[in-house]
Amino acid sequence: MIEFHLDSRSGVSPYLQIVQQVRHGLRLGMLESGEQLPTVKDVVARLAINPNTVLKAYRELEHAGLVTARQGVGTFVTGSLGPTPIGGHGPLRRDLEKWLAKARRAGLDDESIEALFRDTFRFESAQDIA
Amino acid sequence: MTAAIAAVGLGKQYGRNWALKDCTVEIPSGRICGLVGPNGAGKTTLLNLAVGLLAPTEGRIRVAGGAPAAGPEQLGKVGFVAQDTPTYEGLSVADHLRLGEAMNPTWDRDLASERVATLATDLKKKAGNLSGGQRAQLALTLAVAKRPELLILDEPVASLDPLARRDFLRSLTAYVAEVGVSVVLSSHLVADLERVCDYVVVLVQSRVQLAGDVDEMLATHRRIVGPRRDPASLPSEQTVIEASHTDRQSTMLVRTSAPIHDPAWQVEEVSLEDVVLAYMGGTAEASTTGRPTLEVAQ
Repeated sequence: MIEFHLDSRSGVSPYLQIVQQVRHGLRLGMLESGEQLPTVKDVVARLAINPNTVLKAYRELEHAGLVTARQGVGTFVTGSLGPTPIGGHGPLRRDLEKWLAKARRAGLDDESIEALFRDTFRFESAQDIA
Repeated sequence: MTAAIAAVGLGKQYGRNWALKDCTVEIPSGRICGLVGPNGAGKTTLLNLAVGLLAPTEGRIRVAGGAPAAGPEQLGKVGFVAQDTPTYEGLSVADHLRLGEAMNPTWDRDLASERVATLATDLKKKAGNLSGGQRAQLALTLAVAKRPELLILDEPVASLDPLARRDFLRSLTAYVAEVGVSVVLSSHLVADLERVCDYVVVLVQSRVQLAGDVDEMLATHRRIVGPRRDPASLPSEQTVIEASHTDRQSTMLVRTSAPIHDPAWQVEEVSLEDVVLAYMGGTAEASTTGRPTLEVAQ
């Protein structure tokens, strides 16, 4: 079973952090269909967070078709993200590795590479919205 | 739904000083609401008025649909843990439970003994010999075992060490998850409230500076950093809450109803603490800039 953690300095609201951790778990294959998510009371008692936060996160996941709540039983994973978990994206990973090597040869340090990636990513996403 | 606490023009005067003056606030029920503000903002006075330990000098206050401490029914509806979670030093843990049971018609004995069992202490031990964390848990047990509709806690974790603080909040949130009670808790430390509360009211000098849903607050506030710019030149949907400038750079905390796409700005998400501090810090100039004080929608 997945165990949630919260980063209080991230600025991302706690409910979104839970949503992201479930999505992340699905994408990396750590969560599989049929698996149960921790109950609201368990999450609350472990993290000392507001029960509504957990409910809201689970509702959002349900809305996205990733989990299903079964009355009185719990919340279960019923969906998946993408055709294969991220481990299966070998060719894409190799492309990225090639690109990273190229960036290093161009003299970029880790921080610049990250900044460049984030900036391009953000620009791309913004273009998609517009 | 009936508000947990609704006050209009509420004031409490001691001699010539006003501990609370012209306070108008509405705290919704079904939430865990944090009441935040600097020391002296009037938080404790407001909460003591809400439970009927104080009578207002002026104005009105309704709590869970009734007048504070109006009768046995009203007293049963509201559970209260006063500042520094007081207990009777000379009485044992068991004495406290007996007292609670004798004085509260709706006392839930099973709940009380279940909770006290988690304290891992001898029931014969005097409350004065308990650790701060155990004492706080005992005070919380007394307040929840009467099965109130509304739980009011005044700075419940302020005097606890970080571990006891976390334990107390875990025990509180687990209880809320189980029974769905409304909670109002005050604190001058936002960090305590960030995870626990889904609604926040910021009180400064008796005035509500900000009130609203926490997720909503986080979603609508951003810090933007970029080349120096006059705050007045920002688009109309962006309201500047706090701004600081160097000769080249501007850093502003803005409330915005729409995503910020201006490429000149580096846009960052903010924590609840950032938002609350910005609203608390700006009060001195609030009257001169005409900045709205109560805006985040519910």
